[in-house]
Amino acid sequence: MNENNIDWKKYLIVFLFTVGLFLSASYVSNYFGNKKIDQLKLIQDKISIDILSSETQFSLLSELSCKNISDSVLSGELGELANKLEWGQQNLGMTDTVLYLKKYYSLLEIKDYLLTKNISKRCKTKAAFILYFYTTAENCSECEKQGLALSALRDKYPELRVYSFDYSIDLSAVKSMLQIYKIEDTKLPALVVDEDVLTGFRGIDELESRVKESFKLQETTPINTNSTKTIKK
Amino acid sequence: MDSISSIVLYVLTFLSVYVQVFFLITFLENRKKIITRKGPIKLIKYPKVTVIVPCWDEEKTIYKTVRSLLDLNYPKDKLKIFLVDDGSTDGTWNAILKFSKHSNIKIFHKENGGKYTALNLGLKHVETDFLGCLDADSIADSESLVRIMSYFEKDPSIMAVAPSIVAFKSKNIIQGAQRAEYDMSVYIKKMLGFIEAIHVAPGPLTIFRKKVFDDLGPYRHAHNTEDMEIAYRMQKNHYKIEQCNDAYIYTSTPLTITKLYKQRLRWIYGFINNTIDYRKIIFRKKYGNFSLFTVPSSIISIFAVSFLFGKMVYNLGSFLFSKILQFQAGGFHFTSKTNFLDLFFVNTQSLFFIIIVLYFLIILSITLGKKMTEGKWGFSFNTIYFLLIFSIIGPFWLLKAVYNTILSRKPAWR
Repeated sequence: MNENNIDWKKYLIVFLFTVGLFLSASYVSNYFGNKKIDQLKLIQDKISIDILSSETQFSLLSELSCKNISDSVLSGELGELANKLEWGQQNLGMTDTVLYLKKYYSLLEIKDYLLTKNISKRCKTKAAFILYFYTTAENCSECEKQGLALSALRDKYPELRVYSFDYSIDLSAVKSMLQIYKIEDTKLPALVVDEDVLTGFRGIDELESRVKESFKLQETTPINTNSTKTIKK
Repeated sequence: MDSISSIVLYVLTFLSVYVQVFFLITFLENRKKIITRKGPIKLIKYPKVTVIVPCWDEEKTIYKTVRSLLDLNYPKDKLKIFLVDDGSTDGTWNAILKFSKHSNIKIFHKENGGKYTALNLGLKHVETDFLGCLDADSIADSESLVRIMSYFEKDPSIMAVAPSIVAFKSKNIIQGAQRAEYDMSVYIKKMLGFIEAIHVAPGPLTIFRKKVFDDLGPYRHAHNTEDMEIAYRMQKNHYKIEQCNDAYIYTSTPLTITKLYKQRLRWIYGFINNTIDYRKIIFRKKYGNFSLFTVPSSIISIFAVSFLFGKMVYNLGSFLFSKILQFQAGGFHFTSKTNFLDLFFVNTQSLFFIIIVLYFLIILSITLGKKMTEGKWGFSFNTIYFLLIFSIIGPFWLLKAVYNTILSRKPAWR
C-alpha cells in the first residue's frame, strides 16, 4: 500500500514552489541591491559636483582672497561613501557596477586630495593628508589592522584626511600615484605621510606623532570641536 | 572555501524550506479532514483495550497517571490496566499496591531491566485486541482513548494511533519553549499521518492493534527509544500509523536545561542509531513517504543544524578576531561616524529573505499545531522562547549525539 501513497506530483509541486520562493527572494534582493547602487551613484554625483564647484571657485578666486573659499565639504561625505562602498562590496558582491563605483570613488579621492592640497598651499591653511594603499586581491590582515588604526586616528583628528586606494584597482590615475610613490605590492600596506613612504603596518602612536609633528594638529576635545565648527561657519 | 560554504548553506536552506513547504501543502490539501472534537463521543462498538504503565521510580506521579486511566470515558469492563514496576528503588511498588483492589488493574513486579523489558512483560499477558502504553509521568485526558479508538473504527487498515502530546502548564521559559515545540510536533505528526509516514509511536498512550506485536515481535532496546524503533519496524512492514490530534495526553517536560539536554540527547541519539539500523529502507520507494520524506528530512535537519552551528562559531571567531585586531590597532572606539540606522545597511541578500520565510513557516506550524490541539488561534510568547532556546542549545545535544554515535560505533568498523 505504501508505494501507492507516494504522490510524485506533490513532490514536484513542492519543489517548484520552493524554487519560486527562492526566485522571488532573489528578485526582491536584486531590487534592493539596485536601490542601494542608485543611492551610491547619487552620493558620488553630489561629491563630483561639489569638487567641480570647489575647483571652479578656486580658479575664479585664486587671484583674490582665500577668505571666500569654502572649506571643501567633501571629507564627511567621502567617508560615508567609503563605508557604504565597503559594505556594498561585502554584501552585494564585487559586481561590475560596484567596481565602477569604486574606481569613481578613487578618482574623487585624488581630486579632493589635489584640490585641498592646492588650497592649503595658497591660503596657508592647515591640512593633513595620509595616502593609504592596501590590497583586496589577497588576504592582508596587516591592511585590515592598518585600516582600523587609520580610522581611529581620523576620529581623533577630524582635520586629518585619509585617502585609501586599492592597489589592485585598474585605474590609470591610481597607477600613476603608485608610480610616483614607488609602491610595490609586496610591501602593503603602504602609507604616504608628508611625502614619506612608510611600508608595513604602522601603529597608531607612530602615526600620531608623525602627523602631530608635521601638521601641528589639534586633538578633538569638546572645546576644540566647537571651535572648529565655528571656524567652518 | 567561502563559495563551497555558501553553496552548502544554500542547498541546506533550500531543503529546509522544501520540508516546510511540503508540510504546508499537505496541510492545505487535508485541512478539511482535521477535526477537533469538543465533547464526549460514542463508538458503535467498544473493543477491549489494555494499557501498560511501566514505572521506574515514579512514586510521585504514578497515582495521577493511574487515576487518569481510571477516569477515562471508556467502559470499565473493556479497559484493562497493567502496572509494571521495573525494579524501582523508591516507594513506587507501594504506590502501585494501593491500586491492586481494582478489578481491572493487574500489577507486576520485576527486576530492573529497562523500559522495553517492562513493556514486554506486560505484552506477554495482554489478551485484548488493542493495547497501548502510558508513561508514568503522563496523564490521559478523559476523552483521549475513545477518540483514538474512533480512528480504528473508521479505518480497519490503521494499525496504530498516536495521540497529541501536550506539555503541562509551563512554570518557566524552558517549559514554555517545549510547549510551543510540542504544539509544532502535533502539527508535524498530523501531516506525517496524512502521508502515512509517522516515525515515532510515542510512549504516552499510542494504541496498537495486538496484531502488530504478534506479527512483528515485542519491543526492542533500540538505543533507549523503543517507541521510535517500533514505528520504524511498522513502516518497514507497511503498517499504517495515524495521529489523533484531539486525543490529549499531558506530559511533564524537563524543568531545567540540563534535564532537557539529557532527554534530547537520548532522543536524537536514538533517532540517529535507529536510522543507521534501518538505513536500508531510506530512499526506497516501496517504503513510501516514510523512506523518501520523513527520514531524509530528519537527516537534513541534523546536517543543517550542525552546519549552521559550525558557521556561527566560525563567524563569532572571526568577529572576535577582528575586534582583537582593532584593539591592537588603536583601542576600542566607534570606528566610524556612519549612522548605522541608515536603511542602506539593512541586509538585503536573498538568503536573508529566505530565512524570514523559513521562520514564518516554522511559526505558522506552531500556530497551526496550537489550533489543532486547543481549537483556537493565537500567538504565544512560548514560540519566541522556543526559537531562542532551541536554536542556542539544540546544536549541543545534536552534536553530542553525533559524537556519541561515532564513539559507540567504533568497534563495528573492525
